[in-house]
Amino acid sequence: VPLTTSTILICAGGACISSGETSVKETLQREIKKYGLDEVVRIVETGCMGACSLGPIMVIYPEGVFYQKLTPQAAVKIVQEHLLKGRIVQEHLYRMPTGEVIPEAMDKLPFFAKQVKIATRNVGYIDPGNIEEYIARDGYFALTKALREMTPDQVVEEIKRSGLRGRGGAGFPTGLKWELTRKAKGDRKYVVCNADEGDPGAFMDRSVLEGDPHTVLEAMAIAGYAVGAQQGYIYVRAEYPLAIERLQIAIAQAKEYGFLGQNILGSDFSFDIEIRIGAGAFVCGEETALIASIEGRRGQPRVKPPYPAQSGVWGCPTVINNVETLACVPPIIIKGADWFRSIGTPTSPGTKVFALAGKITNTGLVEVPMGITLRELLYEIGGGSSTGKKIKAVQTGGPSGGCIPAEYFDTPVDYESLQKLGAIMGSGGMIVMDEDDCMVDVAKFFLEFTVDESCGKCTPCREGTRQMLKILEKITSGEGTEEDLEELERLGNIIKDTSLCGLGQTAPNPVLSTLKYYRHEYEAHVKEKRCPALRCKALVRYVIDSSKCVGCTACARVCPVNAISGELRKVHSIDNDVCIRCGSCIEVCRFGAISKVSP
Amino acid sequence: VVDREAVAELVRNIKKQALEERDMLINALHQIQDRFGNYIPVEAAKVVAEELNVPESKVYEVLTFYTMFSTKPRGKYIIRVCVNLPCHVTGGRQIVETLKETLGIDFDQTTKDGLFTLERTSCLGLCGVAPVIMVNDEYYGDLTPKKVKEIIENLRARGDAR
Repeated sequence: VPLTTSTILICAGGACISSGETSVKETLQREIKKYGLDEVVRIVETGCMGACSLGPIMVIYPEGVFYQKLTPQAAVKIVQEHLLKGRIVQEHLYRMPTGEVIPEAMDKLPFFAKQVKIATRNVGYIDPGNIEEYIARDGYFALTKALREMTPDQVVEEIKRSGLRGRGGAGFPTGLKWELTRKAKGDRKYVVCNADEGDPGAFMDRSVLEGDPHTVLEAMAIAGYAVGAQQGYIYVRAEYPLAIERLQIAIAQAKEYGFLGQNILGSDFSFDIEIRIGAGAFVCGEETALIASIEGRRGQPRVKPPYPAQSGVWGCPTVINNVETLACVPPIIIKGADWFRSIGTPTSPGTKVFALAGKITNTGLVEVPMGITLRELLYEIGGGSSTGKKIKAVQTGGPSGGCIPAEYFDTPVDYESLQKLGAIMGSGGMIVMDEDDCMVDVAKFFLEFTVDESCGKCTPCREGTRQMLKILEKITSGEGTEEDLEELERLGNIIKDTSLCGLGQTAPNPVLSTLKYYRHEYEAHVKEKRCPALRCKALVRYVIDSSKCVGCTACARVCPVNAISGELRKVHSIDNDVCIRCGSCIEVCRFGAISKVSP
Repeated sequence: VVDREAVAELVRNIKKQALEERDMLINALHQIQDRFGNYIPVEAAKVVAEELNVPESKVYEVLTFYTMFSTKPRGKYIIRVCVNLPCHVTGGRQIVETLKETLGIDFDQTTKDGLFTLERTSCLGLCGVAPVIMVNDEYYGDLTPKKVKEIIENLRARGDAR
């Protein structure tokens, strides 16, 4: 058998697929065959490597050369040059802002080098469709250790001591959940993996499911052993078809290898996993709503207690953990609680995966120790603003979270510190906004989301958020008054106190946090009828600078509503009563003569 | 016309994977929707109720709660636009406008030729390449108004050829 001389790891995460990974891979396969290299060059499609803004990306080993922004043409060249002649193809290497090229970007780029990977330790390194690659990286070793060397109580104790907290949002201690479920009475118990990742701007669970599905299965089996459950459910959202497919393959393999099923590894512990699919309801990420959905009902939350640990799926004691939380379990079992505690902060041990999105240069996923400052995360790792304008704020925690202004960027990222700022850790989405973003518009945007996703069961959330949205619409259309701001705060606090589930209780956060830090922007909207970020259409006018306009007529021709008039080679003007503020004129003007003003 | 026996057969197959009577209801509805091309006829929902031993009202309740299900026929291509903040701040607003303009429809409407239905979706988790849309099971990222128009044109070309 010829030895493999090169292995190509090509990222097949959702983002890279959307930017053309499939055609790059097919070209690679075709060219490799054409030159007779197919016996010595191996192509592996991995999960998400994290650097979404550079995709499609791949790494060629043993050299570890990182290629970015690939095209089918680039693939042809890389086969001819790199694989056949050993010459690195410069054009597709990572280039620093200074112009310096870095072939081994995976080791040297701050984006990669500053990361500490626990939950995503295998994502991007293995073929998620091959259980043996998972096993080769200590896969199922933790399950073996738990079954052979530890009692269920010892497993619970180890997770408790590790200080692992739920990565889905609330940060509840995982070990405690396990202990409560273990102690709950009942002959049938369940382990549920919450893979209904829905927070806008968060996609770490997707990357683990797609890139390392076995780690979720292994952790669920360990949880099953610890709490005394024989059955697990993974509840995945239907928006993630690739994740569902890879999980199905992984479950079949794990059964074949005896890691799931009857008498696992010769022990008397038996455990099986079934997949259940959502159908587009954000609220199903809430655990009691998720349980209702598994049971084939509308995904509506119910009052707690009883908590799922006492009464979960089919009324049986149930432990529900999110994907990223589960992915931390096998390493903790192998390396121990003390190792885990040595990373991160005393109250938030370990690492957290963050999804960098919005106006940031390096969008994508990064896993870093808890306690890192927002500044390190956004500037050193994230590469700062992608628009050339100053970063104004970062939104964390999605529709349940808040906006953190730039002056607080030296805050360490952990559960408590973010909460003190009126934001939350949430599931780790970080949406970066710059000076062009209006905070009132952002708050309104989240409210639209909550109104849409509110399940309708309790009044404060169903009606209250609708009223808040109406007020925000009033403000952004220039009709707001100062009393409206007070009313927003009052309503927000009532909804927080009186809603049934987490969705409603946190829904006012985006409004309350922006009111706290950006009250001046709200006031500009209501007092001066002005949108400082020039974002709210009703408060913005388009004007033509007569000293710059040459009368080329380009703007008048592109205007969809004929709001621009003027003769050839004469200064044009915009009728703001007709203008719909679409911005097409600004885009086509080559002289920078058109701008937005407010009021 | 709904082939009741075929639907019943499909449900019976899915039922084999069920751990409890009702826990395959949503999965079953997904498969029926795929079979009828993007919607669930009321007649088919009735068969589900019979086969799974669930009251019709319960099936209807579930059917109307989840945004991915529809009781009305939808287009051959369902275009789901992410309307969340990461897409919004990176130009999503223009994407929505371009889609509505190019297709000549609003959200939750279907084009007259039956090709396209426009819907909103919650976050697709592709924020690294925002703004993003999903057309049936395929993702398109890093969108600009120009790219959107091209995608629609390509789909039209593909769609007419059926």
